[in-house]
Amino acid sequence: MSTAVENIPGLEVLDQSLESQMTLSMGPQHPSTHGVLRLDLRLDGELVVKAIPDIGYLHTGMEKLFEYKKYQQGIVITDRMDYLNPLGNNLAYVMAAEKLLDLEIPQRAQTIRVLFCELQRIASHMVWLGTHALDIGAMSVFFYCFRQREKIMNLIEAASGGRMTPSYFRIGGLMMDLPAGFERRCKQFQDDFLEAMNTFETLVTGNTLWQSRTMGIGIISGEEAINWGLTGPCLRGSGVDLDLRRDNPYTGYDTYDFNVPVETDGDVWARFRVRMRECYESHKIVRQALERLRPGPIKADAPKVVLPDRDDMRKHMDSLIHHFLIVAEGFNIPAGEVYMPIEASKGELGVYMKSNGGPKPDRVHFRGPSFVNLSALPVMSEGEMVADVVAIIGSLDIVLGEIDR
Amino acid sequence: MLQEFVEKLKAQDGGWVTDVVEGHGEVTVIVPRENIVDVCTFLKATHDFDMLADLCGGDRGPEEDPRFEINYHLFSTKHHNRLRLKVLLSEDDPHVATVTTLWKTADWHERETFDLFGVIFDGHPDLRRILLPSDFDGHALRKDYPLRGYEPYSMN
Repeated sequence: MSTAVENIPGLEVLDQSLESQMTLSMGPQHPSTHGVLRLDLRLDGELVVKAIPDIGYLHTGMEKLFEYKKYQQGIVITDRMDYLNPLGNNLAYVMAAEKLLDLEIPQRAQTIRVLFCELQRIASHMVWLGTHALDIGAMSVFFYCFRQREKIMNLIEAASGGRMTPSYFRIGGLMMDLPAGFERRCKQFQDDFLEAMNTFETLVTGNTLWQSRTMGIGIISGEEAINWGLTGPCLRGSGVDLDLRRDNPYTGYDTYDFNVPVETDGDVWARFRVRMRECYESHKIVRQALERLRPGPIKADAPKVVLPDRDDMRKHMDSLIHHFLIVAEGFNIPAGEVYMPIEASKGELGVYMKSNGGPKPDRVHFRGPSFVNLSALPVMSEGEMVADVVAIIGSLDIVLGEIDR
Repeated sequence: MLQEFVEKLKAQDGGWVTDVVEGHGEVTVIVPRENIVDVCTFLKATHDFDMLADLCGGDRGPEEDPRFEINYHLFSTKHHNRLRLKVLLSEDDPHVATVTTLWKTADWHERETFDLFGVIFDGHPDLRRILLPSDFDGHALRKDYPLRGYEPYSMN
């Protein structure tokens, strides 16, 4: 593949001076690399001298594909990027298009978007906690985490029909309204979840083995973290108080009451604590969103962009025409370019969208948080033990679908 | 608010700003490619644009000149401002100076842009392909590159 170690400047020098060094190729099938990440590790004994991530095994040319698909067709591609946080990807993409269209989204749709994004954040953190613990050697946590995630998946399935690929948010609103009884099910999950969090705290947080595997490992300072472009829990674990939900608010996040957890140590433990505390905050936001749900429209009043209701199509000729045109030809978005950042579960997910005025985008670029966070892996892992690299990768919470795109 | 930065850039050096585009609450400053590092250094040092949120390329099409555009999305973690800088490059000479000296995060973004558009970042410490294999033919996100590629790629 592309990264023969010999090509990289600086490595030859190391090669000559220390004969005790060896190169270990970790991945792309290694279970703790969370997908198809390959690491070229230059080791001196068990010490990591140099770590070089090699990515691209999952590259499917998604950004190219966007240019050949209509705006509404692009939504399904976003599901497949960060597949642990598909609703976050949907949101960033549709909000970029809505920004170009200057669309106003009804209140109910906004509330439901917040509700689902926070549920999805909890689900994403559950997968992170389960796999992170599995990597470090605590096996049973995985099952408890996936039990909680399964409940959220069922909620998402009830609303959208899809578990991993919901495509629930559409340009101008939502695919459909919440099903009957959704609020009751969501409340039930709410009640159970805090108890589950107690289980996790008992299983993991208070565990001395866990603490010794995570404390003081993979340290990155706040200044360095900003320079490397880290965002999300990785940045907040280094003592930088930044959360786009609060600082660049979108979808009405500024009206919700929540805290931004910050830890100052910058190690694996700090990132772990930030995510655990975030689960409580997301739980709080979900509760507020549920209280705010009022009946109302879920689609913007833009007949040329938003698909009409089935019922309208049977009664009104113009609805039928609009439906036909949107499906057959798509809708045009005025020329322009926007960058829409949101706080996804892993950090800043930014969508750069450029339109030439036609029904297909000229360029769509995803700034995936995993991509940027992974690029800082060498800084965190050099000087650590091989076993700690596994802990550090886990604490970055990467998804290769988003990195390789 | 964002206009202030444009005025300050213009006041600092009249040649730094070629054009300014506003829209959807965002400001795009088009910067000559010779000045991009100076402009970034100035913005980082005096206006706290300490994070490069994103760097991405764009292709306007093979018949356009300048053909390529590089977008720098600057972000301030203190004031939460965002500013987009844009550099335009012609097809014959797709070179621009690297900003990895200012933000280390530019490393992978520039490698990705090089990989997919063939833009060369002068001074980059390790400009290799990142997403596609090193023996890949062409630059996949250029508009004249076919969606399905020239031929099926094999791993030989």
